Amino acid sequence: MHPASSVIIFNTFSGLGFGLLFWLGMGALVPTGMGAFIWFTIAYILAVGGLIASTFHLGHPERAIKAFSQWKTSWLSREGICAVFALITMALYGAGLVFAEARIPLIGIIGGIASLGVVFTTSMIYAQMKTVPRWRHWTTPAMYLLLSIGGGALLSGQVWIATVLLIVGAALQVFSWASGDTRFKASGTNMETATGLGHIGKVRAFEPPHTGTNYLMREFIHQVGRKHADQLRIITIGLAFVLPVILLIAIEVSSLSHALAIPALLSHVAGVLALRWLFFAQAEHVVGLYYGKR
Amino acid sequence: MTQLPPPSAKKLGLVIDLDTCVGCHACVVSCKGWNTENYGAPLSDQDAYGANPSGTFLNRVHSYEVQPDQGEAQLIHFPKSCLHCEDAPCVTVCPTGASYKRAEDGIVLVNESDCIGCGLCAWACPYGARELDAKEGVMKKCTLCVDRIYNENLPEEDRQPACVRTCPAGARHFGDLGDVDSDVSKLVADRGGFDLMPEQGTRPVNKYLPPRPKDEMPEFDVLAPYLEPIASDGKGFVGWLDKALSSLPGGAK
Repeated sequence: MHPASSVIIFNTFSGLGFGLLFWLGMGALVPTGMGAFIWFTIAYILAVGGLIASTFHLGHPERAIKAFSQWKTSWLSREGICAVFALITMALYGAGLVFAEARIPLIGIIGGIASLGVVFTTSMIYAQMKTVPRWRHWTTPAMYLLLSIGGGALLSGQVWIATVLLIVGAALQVFSWASGDTRFKASGTNMETATGLGHIGKVRAFEPPHTGTNYLMREFIHQVGRKHADQLRIITIGLAFVLPVILLIAIEVSSLSHALAIPALLSHVAGVLALRWLFFAQAEHVVGLYYGKR
Repeated sequence: MTQLPPPSAKKLGLVIDLDTCVGCHACVVSCKGWNTENYGAPLSDQDAYGANPSGTFLNRVHSYEVQPDQGEAQLIHFPKSCLHCEDAPCVTVCPTGASYKRAEDGIVLVNESDCIGCGLCAWACPYGARELDAKEGVMKKCTLCVDRIYNENLPEEDRQPACVRTCPAGARHFGDLGDVDSDVSKLVADRGGFDLMPEQGTRPVNKYLPPRPKDEMPEFDVLAPYLEPIASDGKGFVGWLDKALSSLPGGAK
C-alpha cells in the first residue's frame, strides 16, 4: 500500500492527541486554570491537526460533511462521528477545568472513552480490509489502542504507566509483524484464484494491460518498504519503544530531571512515524496479484 | 445508501470467454471512448503523449502465461472490469453513500456528486475495478453502460455495454445472470463459468469461461520417424549422416 504522508501524520499525531485526551478525561491528571488550558491545547492541536491532515488526501475535501451519513456500514463514517462527539465532549470537560476549575467526572469519562473510540474506529478502517490480509487481524486495533494510550501516558508524564504500556506495545508489535508476515499466504488468495486459471497450471503475468503505470499500481503496489523491512523494524522498535523505556526508567530510578521525558517523547514520535510508514508500505493488497506483483 | 439492498432478482452482468478473447484491447478503447463522454466525469489522462503516460480506465486487458505440469504453456488474455458483486465490499465502506448497488438490477454505481475521493472503495475491491480519477478527484468504475442498456434513443442492437458491442471475437456477453434461462446463464452452466477470487466472499455477478483444453495433434507424417533431428540412437538417415559427417577429418564427434 502507498504510504501517504497525510494519513501517516494523521494516524501518528491524532493517536497521540486522543491518547492524551483519554488520560485527561479519565482524571489521571486534573490540571485547572491556565495549566488545563495548555494541556487541552496540546491535545487538540495533535488530535485536530491530524484530522485536518487526513483530509489532504481526499479528492473533494469540501464534501467531507457527507461522510457523517453512513455510520451503519462504514467505519470511516463512524470515525468521523466519533471524533466530533469526543472533541465536543472533551471541550465541555476542559472548559469546566479551565474556566470554573470544576471537574465533572462523568463528562470526562464519556469523553475519554469516546477518544479511544476514535482510535478504535480508525483502526477498524484497516482491520476490516479483506483485501489486505496483513491488516485483517485483532492486532491492528490492539496496536492502535496501545500506541494511543501509551503515547498519551508518555506525553502526560505518567512515567510508570507509560513504561509498562510501551513494553507491552513493543512485544505486541513484534508479534504483529511476525504473524502478519504469514497472513497473505494464509489468506488463500494467489494468482491462480485471482485469474481462476489454476486448474490449468501455474500462472505468470505475461504482459500488463498498459505500458505505463496507473492509479491501482501507485496506490496498492509498494515494494520499497518490504525491501528494507528488517532494518526499519529494528529502527522502529528502538526509537518507539526501547529508547523511551530506557529514558523513563532512568527518570524513575535515578531521580534525574523530568526533562529527560522530552527526548523520550521525541524518540517515541519518530519511532511511531516509522512504524506507521511500515504499516502501509509493508501491507500487500491482493490486487497486486493481477500485475504479478505484491 | 451504502447498505446493500436485498438481493435483486435481476442481476445484470458480463460473461467473458477466456477461450475466445484474442487480446486486441478493442473493448478497452470502446469503453474509454463511450464513458469519457457520457456518465459522470470524463476519464482523464495524464502526460498522455509524454514519457510517463497514465490514465483512468474502467476496463483493462491483462495477459497471462499458464504453464501446465506437462505440455506447452498457454497464453491467456484476460479482460477485467467491475464484476458487480452481490456482496460488494466497495459499497459498504463508502462513508458518504456515493457508492451504491441498484436494487432493481444489481448494477454498482458511484454518485459522483457525493464522492469525496477518499479511495476506500478502491482499497476494499480485490479486483482493481475502481480507479480514482487524477483530474476530477472522484472514483470511476464500470457502469455496465447503464446509459446505453436502457437507452431508447439508441437502436436496439446498441443497447448493450460498449465493450460487448465492440468485441470482434464475440468473447464478451451481456445479460441477466439472475435468470437461469437467459443465454448468459446457459453459457455459464454449459462451459463451467467461474468466479474470480471466490475466497474473498464478494459473490461476483460477472463470470469467466475457462479456456478449452488444447487439442492433442495426432502424428500423421509417415516420413517424420525417419527424419528425427536428434540421432542419438544412431538409426535412420539422420543417424547415418551423423556418423558419416563425424568420420570426416575435423568432424564433430
